[in-house]
Amino acid sequence: MMDLLRIENLSKSFTLHNLRKHISACENINILLKKGEFIGITGRSGSGKSTILKSIYRTNLPEWGDIWYNSERFGLINLARAKEREVIYLRKHEIGYVSQFLSVMPRTTSCQIVEQAVVEMGKDKEYAKEEAEKILKHFDLDRELWDSYPNTFSGGEKLRLNIARAMIKRPRLLLLDEPTASLDNTSKLRVRELIEQLKNEGTTMLGIFHDLKFMEGLCDKEFNMDKGIITN
Amino acid sequence: MERFEKPVLIVKNLRKQFGHGCGECEALESDKLKKNYCPVCGTVYGCQDVSFEVYPGEILGVVGESGSGKSTMMKCLYFDENVTCGEAYINTYKNGESNVFEESSQQKRYIRNNLLGKVYQNPILGLKMDFSSIGNIAEKLIAAGSRRVGEMEERGRQLLEHVNIPVFRIKEEVKNFSGGMQQRVQIAKALSNNPPLLLLDEVTTGLDLSVQANVLDLIKEIQHELGISMIVVSHDLGVIRMLADRTIVMLNGRIIEQGLTDQILEDPQHPYTQQLVHSLL
Ligand SMILES: Nc1ncnc2c1ncn2[C@@H]1O[C@H](COP(=O)(O)OP(=O)(O)OP(=O)(O)O)[C@@H](O)[C@H]1O
Ligand SMILES: [Mg+2]
Ligand SMILES: [Zn+2]
Repeated sequence: MMDLLRIENLSKSFTLHNLRKHISACENINILLKKGEFIGITGRSGSGKSTILKSIYRTNLPEWGDIWYNSERFGLINLARAKEREVIYLRKHEIGYVSQFLSVMPRTTSCQIVEQAVVEMGKDKEYAKEEAEKILKHFDLDRELWDSYPNTFSGGEKLRLNIARAMIKRPRLLLLDEPTASLDNTSKLRVRELIEQLKNEGTTMLGIFHDLKFMEGLCDKEFNMDKGIITN
Repeated sequence: MERFEKPVLIVKNLRKQFGHGCGECEALESDKLKKNYCPVCGTVYGCQDVSFEVYPGEILGVVGESGSGKSTMMKCLYFDENVTCGEAYINTYKNGESNVFEESSQQKRYIRNNLLGKVYQNPILGLKMDFSSIGNIAEKLIAAGSRRVGEMEERGRQLLEHVNIPVFRIKEEVKNFSGGMQQRVQIAKALSNNPPLLLLDEVTTGLDLSVQANVLDLIKEIQHELGISMIVVSHDLGVIRMLADRTIVMLNGRIIEQGLTDQILEDPQHPYTQQLVHSLL
């Protein structure tokens, strides 16, 4: 199996100048993710899980170490050092990010949100609309919600929309940032089903979870974090 | 790695100073400046050493406090002001090989009329207030070399419809329009020559929130539909967050930080950017 992502000695700290504080968020992280695998990371809140994911997606600026990603477009590329425009390309075409929060343009309907993800990849509008409707159905978002603004959606609905928007791109790598946080048990189980479905479709995933109970039997590997380091 | 795309605009070491400078301030590394001002000779350094690139179809955000040089930079790029020194290359002009700041004023006029569009915060600067909206667009088209009245009228109608100016008002003087409508006419005018690059300086500042939302939606729509590159200046990080893929942060005439917009917002590096971001949240 091909290595899709290889994180080597990643460390990241935050310097808060006006508070004169220096916070170490994660240290010496090494993770190897093969194509088609699903790796789960757990740990208490504040243990540095999100920092890893955000470093890969470059919402955080990695400080030390390398994040080697095997890109379709660029070949082997170090995400820790890649140019911003390269990262933007990868976000549009290869790497998806899903969290419990939905960050979207205001005044945009769920269907439009998903359509835009397709248009971004250079496809035409009609095709985008067809695909968007297919995927919203696939991920079981109520038809009445397709033409409404998602700011009023429940956590579970937002999440399904979020996953639809990411998955419509058929990303080579999907990052899941605590997708089950703040959901009730029934919704959590639905997320599990969703993830299982993605896995069966061959999606490579790196996910962080407050609690891996719900993912039991799904992850190929599990890491546990404490105070910025991987403990197992 | 070889570049996988070509910038639409490259700016290198743009400097704009107001005043002659003196021995104390001319070396720009000098710590003699108070913010952007030389207390010895009174020279103001509006922009110093500003370098960046704009890529096809992207919105580049520019933020910074009042007086940080954002408008000065935009004026230089649109030739409203002459730079003190520096270089700028436009991909679609002479193959991106000629420093446009050094072109003749006739060539600059050509570039401005054919390759650039600008929308000002104050519509008085961008529009002839006693012209109709369609007249304003015709003016820009004529400057770009258009001569056919019928075609210009058709293009004007299309654009105004696109920015939601009701057809029955397009012959009305723009001074009768509301602030939001005037901004939309400015945007239509700036788009009329199909420029590869649009410069927007604080175009929503001072509009009330619902009108602001409407103009922002229009800008986003233009990016989606026409794929035009834009530089969007705003001191409002909310506007930048909504529009820009990448963002430049300016302070005292310099770029102190640039990065992906979400990275600037979530992991700002420079003390000033941190302060700016934290005042937003
Ligand atoms: N014609 C001029 N003569 C002298 N100084 C000038 C002139 N134009 C601008 N400046 C100075 O250049 C600096 C940058 O001004 P600029 O208008 O570019 O700021 P800005 O970032 O656009 O601010 P704002 O957010 O308030 O619009 C300021 O210190 C300003 O006073
Ligand atoms: Mg200004
Ligand atoms: Zn001086």
